[in-house]
Amino acid sequence: MPVEYRKETPSQTAGPYVHIGTVPVACGIAMRQNERLDSIDAPGPRIVIEGLVLDGSGAPVKDAMIELWQADAQGRVGEHGLWGRAVADFKDGRFFFHTVRPGTLPWRAGRMQAPHLTLTIFARGINIHLHTRVYFPEDAAAQAEDPALNRIEQVERRKTLIAERLGDGQYRHVIRLQGDRETVFFDM
Amino acid sequence: MNAKIQPGENQPGRTAWQGDFVRRDRAWHPPAYTPGYKTSVLRSPNCALISLEQGPAEKTGPRFARSMLHEFDNDLTINYARATGSGGEAIGERIIVHGRVTDEYGRPVPETLIEVWQANAGGRYRHVKDGYMAPLDPNFGGCGRVITDAEGRYFFRTIKPGAYPWPNNGSDWRPAHIHFSIFGEAFAQRLVSQLYFEGDPLIPLCPIVNTIPDKRAIDSLVARLDMGEMRPFDCLAYRLDIVLRGRQQTFFENLTEGM
Repeated sequence: MPVEYRKETPSQTAGPYVHIGTVPVACGIAMRQNERLDSIDAPGPRIVIEGLVLDGSGAPVKDAMIELWQADAQGRVGEHGLWGRAVADFKDGRFFFHTVRPGTLPWRAGRMQAPHLTLTIFARGINIHLHTRVYFPEDAAAQAEDPALNRIEQVERRKTLIAERLGDGQYRHVIRLQGDRETVFFDM
Repeated sequence: MNAKIQPGENQPGRTAWQGDFVRRDRAWHPPAYTPGYKTSVLRSPNCALISLEQGPAEKTGPRFARSMLHEFDNDLTINYARATGSGGEAIGERIIVHGRVTDEYGRPVPETLIEVWQANAGGRYRHVKDGYMAPLDPNFGGCGRVITDAEGRYFFRTIKPGAYPWPNNGSDWRPAHIHFSIFGEAFAQRLVSQLYFEGDPLIPLCPIVNTIPDKRAIDSLVARLDMGEMRPFDCLAYRLDIVLRGRQQTFFENLTEGM
């Protein structure tokens, strides 16, 4: 018999009312002040990410809660890491993060990772949260060496992790849960 | 971001390069595609997840300072009424929910944020999108949060939520449940799940519960009646222990390229 350990508590969907517990103000519960979690104040070049999650039929997911975890502008995580939380708009599904552009991060064995954001998606119908990344279109050289992108065998699929540049510091990123141009999700 | 913990604030320093977290057993967790739970059909990826070694961003995560908590954040029987100024108390079965958060090796997970949300005693959520006919309770919001202590313990007080119908099959009712979200010490441990109550006959009928393939895994989400922690003439108690992914020891530095 192999050594047995405790088993991780199993995941369940966050359900349609995830906002009550995570962003109360989004569903009309004014219990907490000063909690703009989609706007991160840190030194570095400011960026805005406009996001959208689409289901397998191409319809926007209007009840998603999205979390962000990223390095600071100098590529540091840990106590310097930046965390945020955004809610898909109940009418059109769009969400926004106002943050700073992350720096290049270290990887294992002295290698580096191209600048990226980690996003996790929680919603009704998603039994265990989905973990993905957003890279920036200007960083093609660093991305050619990036260990996560290079792990994706199908080169076409790597493009699903690159945001679209709208303007200076402004990006749009569509996350497709299923089907045509399905976004890459990771098991970390 | 005022809520974020500051370097040196009630946290032991940890570096990004401590051991990896045990891989998730995705046969223990629910799979993404579970047609009995209809919404999962269009919200589950077709492609396999890409497995990747953990880097510093996966082995660290946000920390939250105790100072961000409001006085009654972990008492759902009064926190909404205090915030709105009505000063009343919620209607329903008064309970304490408590337990311990450990990792898979049994180590306590201290100072980590747990957020909870739930319906009221009648099964109605205070949410603009919930149109169920059961009434709102003017003294109940249904959201709370708590930070575990140095031994990984947590507790909050609330009223036991009611079951409610939902449009999956025509006859589906969710068992009484409390949603919870927990951060752990690294983003790799991030977890959102649901707590159920011992003895609820709706548990085995629920398509969301049954997305979990293993009966033992389902059982680990069922809070036990805990008469040892009930308060006489006040409230009953339920206990649920939560297990997060364990951090492995670093016997050898990992130098493999892994490509």
